[in-house]
Amino acid sequence: MSEGMTILFALAVMGGAVGSAAVLTWFERRLLGIWQDRYGPNRLGAFGIGQVAADMLKLLTKHDWVPPFADKWVFIFAPTAIVIVMLLGFAVVPFGPDLHIIDINIGLLFFLGMTSLAVYSVLLGALSSNNKYALLGGLRSAAQMVSYEVFMGLSLIGVVMLTGSFSLQDIVEAQRDGWYFISQFLGLFVFVIAAIAESHRLPFDLPEAEHELTAGFHTEYSGMKFTLFMLGEYLGLILISCMITTLFFGGWLGPWLPPIVWFGIKTFLIICFFILLRAAIPRPRYDQLMSLGWKIMLPLTLINLVVTGAVALWMYGG
Amino acid sequence: MLVVEQTTDNTVLAELFEKFGEDSFVVQKSSDGIPTLWLQANKLHEVLRFLKPEYSMLYDLFGIDERLRTNRQGQPDSDFTVVYHLLSLSSNADIRLKLATPESNPEVPTITDVWKNANWYEREAWDMLGIKFTNHPNLYRILLPPTWEGHALRKDHPARATELEPFSLNEAKQAEEQEALRFRPEEWGMQTSKDGTEYMFLNLGPNHPSVHGVFRIALQLDGEVVVDAVPDIGYHHRGAEKMGERQSWPSYMPYTDRIDYLGGVMNNLPYCLSVEKLAGIEVPERAKVIRIMLAELFRISSHLVFYGTFVQDIGQMSPVFYMFADRERLFGIIEAITGGRMHPAWFRIGGVAQDLPNGWEKLVKEFIDSMPARLDHYDKMAMQNSLIKSRTVGIGKYSAEEAIEWGVTGPNLRATGVDWDLRKQRPYAGYDQFEFEVPIAQNGDSYDRAVVRVEEIRQSLRIVRQCLDNMPEGPYKSDHKLTSPPPKESTMEDIETLIHHFLHTSWGPVIPAGEACIPIEATKGLNSYHLISDGSTTSYRTRIRTPSFPHLQQIPLISRGLMIPDLIAIIASIDFVMADVDR
Repeated sequence: MSEGMTILFALAVMGGAVGSAAVLTWFERRLLGIWQDRYGPNRLGAFGIGQVAADMLKLLTKHDWVPPFADKWVFIFAPTAIVIVMLLGFAVVPFGPDLHIIDINIGLLFFLGMTSLAVYSVLLGALSSNNKYALLGGLRSAAQMVSYEVFMGLSLIGVVMLTGSFSLQDIVEAQRDGWYFISQFLGLFVFVIAAIAESHRLPFDLPEAEHELTAGFHTEYSGMKFTLFMLGEYLGLILISCMITTLFFGGWLGPWLPPIVWFGIKTFLIICFFILLRAAIPRPRYDQLMSLGWKIMLPLTLINLVVTGAVALWMYGG
Repeated sequence: MLVVEQTTDNTVLAELFEKFGEDSFVVQKSSDGIPTLWLQANKLHEVLRFLKPEYSMLYDLFGIDERLRTNRQGQPDSDFTVVYHLLSLSSNADIRLKLATPESNPEVPTITDVWKNANWYEREAWDMLGIKFTNHPNLYRILLPPTWEGHALRKDHPARATELEPFSLNEAKQAEEQEALRFRPEEWGMQTSKDGTEYMFLNLGPNHPSVHGVFRIALQLDGEVVVDAVPDIGYHHRGAEKMGERQSWPSYMPYTDRIDYLGGVMNNLPYCLSVEKLAGIEVPERAKVIRIMLAELFRISSHLVFYGTFVQDIGQMSPVFYMFADRERLFGIIEAITGGRMHPAWFRIGGVAQDLPNGWEKLVKEFIDSMPARLDHYDKMAMQNSLIKSRTVGIGKYSAEEAIEWGVTGPNLRATGVDWDLRKQRPYAGYDQFEFEVPIAQNGDSYDRAVVRVEEIRQSLRIVRQCLDNMPEGPYKSDHKLTSPPPKESTMEDIETLIHHFLHTSWGPVIPAGEACIPIEATKGLNSYHLISDGSTTSYRTRIRTPSFPHLQQIPLISRGLMIPDLIAIIASIDFVMADVDR
């Protein structure tokens, strides 16, 4: 791709990601509605898709309010940070054989780095709000992200070992002989759970936990800044689904259809799976989440690492 | 199950007379047959301690402003009376003790040292009637705001806004009111710091998604661990008891609907039973069965809301929609029968408002046929979910003794293994005609409180099916002259009946003087209306004893040392609505 094309493509990816996130707000509610024996937003436009525009309009025109007791500049910066880092994460996603903004040899690390930065957004938002519920949400999120970050990264090392590269395009290419969700099912399992924890969605939405902390870290947020937090959450959901597709389900690989379509279908199904999880599972308690992480997830990841390492050595080491 | 006959003989009186001497007491005649004794304040503690091993539950404690009451034959002089209503689970009996105080110095000793749950009741009596309880640990207002002037249930306190100056809220007053609501830990004997670290004090509510209404719990937190909690109620207080003193007997019915607003006509029942007891009205068989059927349908409805919100508060998103969909179908049936949905106000003194509509059998049958399979489905989804179990098993535990000490009744009591259901113990309103079991559980934790309620839904379905199969023929309302609306058939034939009809529909019936209180097993526990008639068209005193009031009082006891999410699980498992607490 020429430089001009890359810039255009980058803009397209950005627009596509934000647009998908917006549509996802509507799609998620419809899907939840179907599973919960109700309609969801179905009035405006075909199947209620106009709801997206209506919601946008409402959120954009709301009073842009900064509480007088908040730390103003940090309060404003926090929600923007999550959107920026999530959008940056899309830079390394391989949508097709040559369809990516950039293919760097540390693509996977770049993705991990960007998503870990998102914790700052939550923490800064919580602390700058100067609100007790937000503080409790921030505390939870710090603990949760720090522990789940550890094995989120470790769970992907198996994939890297089998491929021998951090480049996402190489990882996709390496799956021509078999998608990694078979050989790396433990890695996938841990990564999915860590990913939900990272994107703090139900059942791991403890930093928010509406029933306990009213709205947790974003209690004081409204209007546009609240929208940015939500946008960040949905971008995170899409990004993580893209990554699961790339890392475990062969990325754009697939017969007959164009690669980008395959990529889209796989990502879409994974997003639906995340929404189903949200509909089905109750929220564990904070200390239960921690012990799940350190006592079950971490050992599982380590076992996966050791076994994969041994297999990789046996296969390629000789 | 062991059903103890309700004791109406007066062996307890004989024992009391023997122990304390007959001249220590004045016996009062009551319409409901509950032994009612007046005694002196200096004997109060001794008598209560003597009674406590047998009469283990302080069922209710309230005050009466007697200053305008005319029909007090045989009762000692009193301006403000304090009533202690005790309940014995072992011998299935009640006893009522009364203490007279003069207007000049309405003061009685506190009994918080005998029963812990007397604390809130005494605060309420202080708040409402200005009766002082000596040595009470924190005798603050409980239902009305701290800035309130006067005591609302005194007869000289205005009952309507139109009797007061127009209300206005300027900035200074707003600031003052807000300041008065600030939580002050030192008032409750709490430390603000320990070993150099400060505790966080968090107002959970009055506006919070999980407190089921307007309810504040001031939490003393160490990280997320609840060190102590102070529940603060009164935000939903609408003066239902005061309204009882100005509405005519039948026109108070819609107000009862709104006490436990999930219980619908279940609230009408204890009111009707008490009025009917005072008036001596016998309810026809068909009316009895209709009442039981509607009451049980509302028990199902209320428990479905509990079930849904219980799992929702633990963070499971979907089940609540299924339960609310079932509740909608139930409301469809209730609407077809009564014309109302949540608040039908459909029971009448002496019966119900109309006969059942044509085709009601089909609606009810469809519903009760479909429910068991759906409940099994919910079981798999919610009650057998391991995450739900890990969040609720062993959380918010109390023993049977603690439950009784704190006045806990209903499913919350049965979750501790106490087999006590008034529908079995005192088959009021015709429950002796029905076959059903009383579900109990053993551990008294949040999970078991849910288990009991889920099983109660199944038992209620069983009762409704028996109503459906055996609905008797006959009138749906008694033809007693004090029923409402009064019989109209011969009003156009003789002038006497026309006059009575006119007076009863305009002023309302005059219910004979007396006192009656008939507790029932409502959706959330024991509910009763202690009604005092002074021989007039309105009640002289309407005392509403609701189950949720004592249930909230023991929240601190069971939540200390747990975390905020546990507290939310406890609140969800108690099953209360604030209207049922504040009245």
